[in-house]
Amino acid sequence: MTMPYYASPEQLMRDKGEYARKGISRGRSVAVVTYADGVLFIAENPSSTLHKVGELYDRIGFAAVGRYSEFESLRVAGVRLADVRGYSYNRRDVTGRVIANAYAQTLGEIFTQQMKPYEVELCVAEVGDTPETDQLYRLTFDGSVVDEPDFIVMGGQAETVSAHLREHFLPGMGLAEALRVGVQALSAVSPATSAGNGGPALLSAEQLEVAVLDRRRPKRAFRRITGAALRPLLDSDGADAPAGGEEPHTAAHAPSVPQPGTPPGLGEPSAPDSGGTAGSGGEAPTT
Amino acid sequence: MSEYSAGRSGFPPAYLDRVGSSFTDFLATAAPDLLPGRRPVPQLPVGDVTPHGTTIVSVTYEGGVLMGGDRRATMGNLISSRDIEKVYPADSYSVIGIAGAAGIAIEMVRLYQVELEHYEKIEGLTLSLDGKANRLAQMIRGNLGAALQGLAVVPLFAGFDLDAAPGTPPGRIFSYDVTGGNYEERGYAAVGSGSLFARNSLKKTWRPNLDGGAATRSLVEALYDAADDDSATGGPDPVRRLYPIVYRVDAEGAVRLTDDEVAEVAHTIIDERAAAEGQG
Repeated sequence: MTMPYYASPEQLMRDKGEYARKGISRGRSVAVVTYADGVLFIAENPSSTLHKVGELYDRIGFAAVGRYSEFESLRVAGVRLADVRGYSYNRRDVTGRVIANAYAQTLGEIFTQQMKPYEVELCVAEVGDTPETDQLYRLTFDGSVVDEPDFIVMGGQAETVSAHLREHFLPGMGLAEALRVGVQALSAVSPATSAGNGGPALLSAEQLEVAVLDRRRPKRAFRRITGAALRPLLDSDGADAPAGGEEPHTAAHAPSVPQPGTPPGLGEPSAPDSGGTAGSGGEAPTT
Repeated sequence: MSEYSAGRSGFPPAYLDRVGSSFTDFLATAAPDLLPGRRPVPQLPVGDVTPHGTTIVSVTYEGGVLMGGDRRATMGNLISSRDIEKVYPADSYSVIGIAGAAGIAIEMVRLYQVELEHYEKIEGLTLSLDGKANRLAQMIRGNLGAALQGLAVVPLFAGFDLDAAPGTPPGRIFSYDVTGGNYEERGYAAVGSGSLFARNSLKKTWRPNLDGGAATRSLVEALYDAADDDSATGGPDPVRRLYPIVYRVDAEGAVRLTDDEVAEVAHTIIDERAAAEGQG
């Protein structure tokens, strides 16, 4: 009969950490970059259905690298937490910090208590009303959470991509500019480009998954930029697209938005909070 | 500790189970007390002490569908609210109007809105219009016990069908009964205490393939006629500047008509009726 041999806690943690880090570094990278109107997610992801980037709530987005099944279940948990909180309190009471905390606790618990740690790294991003109030949280496999300014890079060769971004990132860039900087940084390490084995210099629209949290959008800020909307942005050579000029809707899946002309407070489930009796945003009854 | 205050201690196990994409089903396992259908049903009829919403009308037109509701809620013989809103967007391509016990109905609308958005976020796709209509039927069915104690909720659901076959009208209307029965209506529908009069009015004014303006007029006139004969339905109120709430759902999505637009239609109708009365 084999006896379990003794391993010190330090050794155990180190081994688990190494295991998780190795798993994560095999994957392609994701960059989350702030820009003038919000937060931009860029992932190298040839699949158009298995997303690495997703919407958690009105102003909160999610990006992940690592093992798909693991971060997908975490994404679903985040959507559930956000929706349950928003439903039982109010939509305004759902914050990125709450969700990031829940992720940190869960990842930490899994890391210490389970044999196999999750091989994932997550980013929870929240847009505020001004660029100063945007929040980026990085969560690692061991449950540590860091609040980082400007940008976050995760996945394989994150250091190289980060270094590239640090060199070229400017606060308050336009969307096209931010996208160009981000794509260049990712392309510099990608195996699919000339940096890898002699492909084109930059990643193409088909190899990228791009989404934004746009603070100018009412209610749900998350929007995917795909296909016909993405190509002109990539080709625009970083010339700052005029604000509002980059608005083509994605055909695949446009999240619901109260249409223009909807008075404030309507079109959001928060409106019935008042019992539906208050003339929310409309004309107050003059009795 | 209630389950929905998660966050301090990570996700409870239910959050990490991959059980499905329905918010209602998830609440049933994680926080059942938040669901309207899970509460004990009152032992005595309470219909007279709770506010009730009244008439909702929906009509199709060439470009989609319109839904409107009056602004009155009643409690027995009292008017409990003059400016209640009973028509809500369910998501970007559908609207829901409610008649019946206002408190439960509004809670149900909120749950339904989250349900549709939740599905959209988890699956990355929107439900089909029939799927949305079915989902609502299940929620109404869960309320049957309360309905028998005077807390019935009867919604009207309408939407723009993005998957409509060419040649079929894209605007579709679904009506419900208290048992969760789900019926697709042709052309127009009305629910609530004034629905009888509204339907009779629509019978005379509505035609297939009306344009948007004529359909809006037909809808506001039906609400006017309902208010004329049903004490629980409120008419246009120029003194307080309260007019029916009207939503339009077309290929662009669901939009609420502005108060000014609806007021103009309402005033045209009032002027015409006044003129006709003067001649009589």
